[in-house]
Amino acid sequence: MRYSAFRVLKEALTGHKGWQPLWRNPDPKPAYDYVIVGGGGHGLATAYYLARTFRKARIAVLEKSWLGSGNIGRNTTIIRSNYLLPGNEPFYEFSMKLWENLEQEFNFNAMVSQRGILNLIHTDGQRDAYRRRGNAMLLAGADAELLDQAQVRDMAPFLNFDNARFPIKGGLLQRRAGTARHDGVAWGYARGADLAGVDLIQNCEVTGFRIAGGRVQGVETSRGYIGAGKVGVAVAGSTSRVMAQAGMRLPIESHVLQAFVSEGLKPTIPGVITFGAGHFYVSQSDKGGLVFGGDIDGYNSYAQRGNMPVIEDVAEGGMALMPMIGRARLLRIWGGIMDMSMDGSPIIDRTPVEGLYLNAGWCYGGFKATPASGYAFAHLLATDTPHDTARAYRLDRFNRGYVIDEKGMGAQPNLH
Amino acid sequence: MLIPHPLLGLRDAQEFTYLGDAALLNRPDGLTAPEAFNDYVYLRDNPAGVHRELWFHEQGDRSWLIVTRNTLTHDILGVELARDVALGAKGAK
Repeated sequence: MRYSAFRVLKEALTGHKGWQPLWRNPDPKPAYDYVIVGGGGHGLATAYYLARTFRKARIAVLEKSWLGSGNIGRNTTIIRSNYLLPGNEPFYEFSMKLWENLEQEFNFNAMVSQRGILNLIHTDGQRDAYRRRGNAMLLAGADAELLDQAQVRDMAPFLNFDNARFPIKGGLLQRRAGTARHDGVAWGYARGADLAGVDLIQNCEVTGFRIAGGRVQGVETSRGYIGAGKVGVAVAGSTSRVMAQAGMRLPIESHVLQAFVSEGLKPTIPGVITFGAGHFYVSQSDKGGLVFGGDIDGYNSYAQRGNMPVIEDVAEGGMALMPMIGRARLLRIWGGIMDMSMDGSPIIDRTPVEGLYLNAGWCYGGFKATPASGYAFAHLLATDTPHDTARAYRLDRFNRGYVIDEKGMGAQPNLH
Repeated sequence: MLIPHPLLGLRDAQEFTYLGDAALLNRPDGLTAPEAFNDYVYLRDNPAGVHRELWFHEQGDRSWLIVTRNTLTHDILGVELARDVALGAKGAK
């Protein structure tokens, strides 16, 4: 079924009896050409692009719970391409371009809203760093503008410009950045993949890999053995657990990141505002809730909930940046499990096991990458060569000394 | 999260900084193969469940602790002074 204004009108006149489920709920077949492990944003996008763009084949997505039950439904929905390093920026700009056409492409309302992202500047040193970042963005075909204090004041007059510690002196603005409806993205890709013939198999947990002669043969699951020509794993948050079943140790730690949303308020915040110096960022959802967050808690965790010190830290950051936030009541707090890699950048690569491919290490930046991650992973699965924009995301880059460390923090995941 | 410090009793986790897996105590010496150093610096077990990890009491007595903690529930199962563990390991050799 194709969604359109005409369709909405027709259904309205016929009692909404024609709407159908977005995807089938098939049982697993004995074998597939491609098995994608993980029915989250990246896994569904991978299946979508694999089936739509790269090849006609028997493809399945295996999800241990329901589709989109992990970080695709637990993030703060920001899309942007304001990275610095040449290994990263072209990839995220490719993702941004895919976001811009996403809804037309998969015929689903993902509520992509290019309302802009503003990174605040407090010192001359920070202005230099953001000027350099902005130039790196322009070189990769993205957009970037350096704003002075008056321009920031025009955009967001409610900010505390005269904070004694972090007075606001300007900002780096990317107008094409913004937000998207996170669940809608998962549903759109799932529906698109299903329409292209992909089997989306839910409540099917992978419990082991069958490997013979250094080559993957298939996966053991809670719903029986499934043979596979190639297996792609996209289970950020649980990557170490899943890949341990293939005997691999990875450059990844799992950490918890908390997010917050206030009660619904009248439109207040234009776009996304980040206060890096104070570990705080905020946007406003279309429902009116202020969606905000800060840093990861900083210790290994699989608990999907965090602790009070970070909640206090985020609240302090919010009060320092925009004191009016103290009048908003907090509605919900939740946590998601991040694949924190050793250099803060992701991995899209083959593994030492032939036929087994890995998409992992997204840290807290996986949502914005969803389209490009799926596209690049599908490209790798279909052609055995990395996509042009994802060539730097090799698994062995740590060993070879080619880390992509945006912040220059070293092999310390809780500092990225 | 409160960490039961062996010398100071229950302390707020906010007073500590976190380094990671307690296996980092066993640093290879400079003559070891580069592969072993790569594994030491970059690879982690990252278990879901019981994890022994290094916490530094930065805003307290500046001692290093080995905290045994469940990463699924955040329950703390045991705390030792890293110094005692390291000296114990040396004595055992």
